[in-house]
Parts: sequence; structure tokens; C-alpha cells
Amino acid sequence: MSGNWIEVCAADEIDEEDVIRFDHDGRTFAVYRSPDDEYFATDGLCTHEHIHLADGLVMDDIIECPKHNGRFNYKTGQANGAPVCVNLKTYPVKVEAGSVFIALV
Amino acid sequence: MNRPANKIVIVGAGECGARAAFALREKGYEGDITLIGAEPHLPYERPPLSKEGLAGQLDPKYVADAERYEAAGIQVLTDAAVQAIDRGAKTVRISDGRDLSYNRLLLATGASPRPFPGHSPTSSLVRVLRTHAEAAAIRLKLAPGKLLAIIGGGFIGLELASTARKFGAEVVLLEGLPRVLSRGVPEEIAAVVAERHRLEGVDIRCNARIADIEERGEKVEIDLDDGGILIADLVVVGIGAIPNTALAEAAGLAIDNGIAVDETLCTSDPDIFAAGDCCSFPLGHYDGRRIRLEAWRNAQDQGTLAAANLLGAAETIASVPWFWSDQYDLTLQIAGLADGAVLTVQRDLGDGAFILFHLDASGRLISASGIGTGNAIARDIRLAEMLIAAGKRPDPQALGSTDIKLKALLAA
Repeated sequence: MSGNWIEVCAADEIDEEDVIRFDHDGRTFAVYRSPDDEYFATDGLCTHEHIHLADGLVMDDIIECPKHNGRFNYKTGQANGAPVCVNLKTYPVKVEAGSVFIALV
Repeated sequence: MNRPANKIVIVGAGECGARAAFALREKGYEGDITLIGAEPHLPYERPPLSKEGLAGQLDPKYVADAERYEAAGIQVLTDAAVQAIDRGAKTVRISDGRDLSYNRLLLATGASPRPFPGHSPTSSLVRVLRTHAEAAAIRLKLAPGKLLAIIGGGFIGLELASTARKFGAEVVLLEGLPRVLSRGVPEEIAAVVAERHRLEGVDIRCNARIADIEERGEKVEIDLDDGGILIADLVVVGIGAIPNTALAEAAGLAIDNGIAVDETLCTSDPDIFAAGDCCSFPLGHYDGRRIRLEAWRNAQDQGTLAAANLLGAAETIASVPWFWSDQYDLTLQIAGLADGAVLTVQRDLGDGAFILFHLDASGRLISASGIGTGNAIARDIRLAEMLIAAGKRPDPQALGSTDIKLKALLAA
């Protein structure tokens, strides 16, 4: 993985089974903490109408768009049925020294 | 015992019909699917028509592109009206004179805007808004110096007012009742909406009584009971919709404020189902009360459910009614039905955003309505919807306190 690791926030700034928005260099991302205390990252905007996913609800491994309830698996980026049909891009994430980093590729 | 479904015809190519067609394939059905729509377009999303979709795009926002129908083996007939159902022969007669046979039929015929009494819904100056073509025609009239008169202070009228202001048109909105959004939206939230419209320059007139509407050349004159006269460049009527039941009625199916279906969306004919705006159904979460919903999410949910049941699943309606509206940068969302509420609790989310929770006499949460900028209220409304679906009786104080996450109440 030749990514450029960017620090997002302290690991405890994201609640379990929750998501935050992270803006960097003109791009927006959604960074997740799963119920199993793992971290994930995807593009920040829903592929249906470009709404910030970080305003949505995390349930298990699903992020649901706050606008029209389009669902994605945030671990894989897989679109999970209507109204979304285009997958989300995902990014590698690591936690080091209590901070969350994502790799921009 | 009936043969398994192998020839499914869907009448109505809107959100609901299209969703049902794809859901049939997602559930593994391999037989024929024919989706029949009266409009010239492939199925498209209607919610944008009163919002950003009015901005004059050449194409509507399609539910799916032509390749996806082809890949899924869904035959779409556009510009095709279904004229009759022959339940004995199990065929539908389409406008080109052909009879198509089915062994399961889904009616997703939608609803039509209620015309203003005494006025043709197809006049070029006194319009309704339901289709892409109607949105495009309305858009042409929205410009600085033009006056748009909107009749009806419901979601369509208010969203159109918001969009029309973006194009610089003057807007007068006439509402016959004492306030806007009186059907299903709490007064406190309607007041926020109305105030925002006033700030944006929309002239909202409640308790308005229209004596007469007359087209005079390129203008329309509206005479009000109080003696007032409006000279508008365009009138758009948004006073509700009527379910499209004529086809079902002529075929002898039971009708009750829509095509009457049971909790599996089955009509009075076991091989015919109905879903979306056109049907009335018993709602389990609310004591089996029979309702009809005109809502995008309901169209999707029922399309998906109908697909399962066309294939024999016999699943019952489990979703909670959910609506949203966008006006300016405000978003309003409502989950559930507030009729029968005895207690209302407010949860303030900052920046003026708030949610009202409605509980019944037993303490059960039956509805939540919220308003705020952007998606400030979305997550909590979604959780409220899940609380409602789970039949929860949350502590009212907890609902009102932002220190307590709604997710925690769901687990409780």
C-alpha cells in the first residue's frame, strides 16, 4: 500500500458504531468505528445525491444516507440496494498511538 | 393451487413499479417481467420535480438507465396506457391494441393531482405538477418579473414556492385553511416553514377563498372572496392527489380510498397486487388502521414487498410511514403518524433544529417530526422511526434530553 497516511483524529473521538466527517485537501471522507472497535473509511458523499454520509446512521456494518436511506456496507463500499446502485470507494485505515489515519490513494 | 409466477406484468412505471421489477430479479425470479408506463420516459424520480429537478434539465433523474433494464431482462413499454384488465382471460389491453397475458399482475398506477374544481388540469396557464413534462413547462414561466400563484400550502406548493424564488419569480401562495401543512405536520414545524417563506419573500395568504379563476390571454385572474384580485403569469394547483383506481375499479377490484389491499398488498383478486400511491392498506403499527400514503419511500418499500409477495412470500407490511421535504436549506422529516398523541416532547438539536416526539396514552412513541438546516435532524428521525417500529415506550424526559442518545433508548 503506497498510500499517503493522513491523521484524522484521536481514536476515541469516534464513538463505537458511529461515523465522523473528515475533510482534507478539498475532499470529504467518512470515517467509521464499527461495533467491534475497528476503523474504516469511505468517500464522504452518497453516490445517489451527494449528501454527507457522516450525518447518517451506522448500524452494524451499514451506513445509511440521512437523505433517502440509501445503504452501503462501509467496510467494503458495497451499495446495498435502492436508491443507491453505485458503490462507495473505501480507503485503508490504521490506528497508531491513539490516532486514526487514512491512506489517500 | 396456482402455478408459480412466470409471467408478471407491472402496470405503472414510476418509482414503485420500477423498484418492484428490479426486486423480482434480486429475489431470483427468472420469468417474464413487463413494466408498462404511460409517460414517454423510463421510470424517474418524482421528488426532484418540485426541487432541483425543476431547474430545467433536459432529462429527469432516472431510477435506472436503459442498460440496467436490459441487463435485468425487464421489458419496459413507455408511452403505453393500459386500457383494461380482463381477469378471466388474465390479460391486460394496452393502447396499441395488444393484449398481454399475465399470471401475476401488479398495479402501481400512482395518483393524479387533484385539479382545481371547474378547471382542466391540462390548461397551459393553470397547471398541476406531477410529471417531468409539467415541471419543464412550469420552469419556463419562472423568472424575475413573473408572478406565480400557487394554490395549496402542502409540500408540493411550498417546495415549488422555494424553487420559484430561486429563479427570481414573485410568489403568492393561497391556502384555504388557517395555516400551511395542516395535513400531518405539527403546527410548530409548519410555523418555522411559513416564517422562512415570508423571509424569502413569498406572500402566504391563509384562509384564502377563491371565488373564480379566469384565463385572460397570457395572464390568469384569480378573484378572492374578500374582493382581492391577483393577476398571475402562471397558476399551479397543489391541493392533493387522487389515487388512480379507474382501471382496478373497471375490473371489479375492491376500492376503498385507493385500490384496497390486505397486509400483503394483495387486492380482492389473489393474482393481482397493488402498491404505492394507488393503494390503501392496513397499517399494523397503528392498530391496522387503513391508510394510503403518497410518499417516495413508501413507493419503494411497497414495490419491494409486492415483488416478494408476487412470488408467494406472503410477507406483511412492516414499515413506518416516512416523509421528507426540502425547502431552501431546510429539511423536514416525519416518521410515523401523530393522530392519537396525548404528549409531545421537544428535543432541541442546536442551530434552531428540533424534533417533536409524539406519544400516545400508553406512552408508546407513535410519531416524530423534525426540522433543521441540512441533515441536522436526519439521524434522530431515523432512530425515532426504529423506536416506533419496535413499539417502544421511551422515557419522555430522555427523548427531550440531547445528553441521552436515541440509540441507547433503542437498545433499552
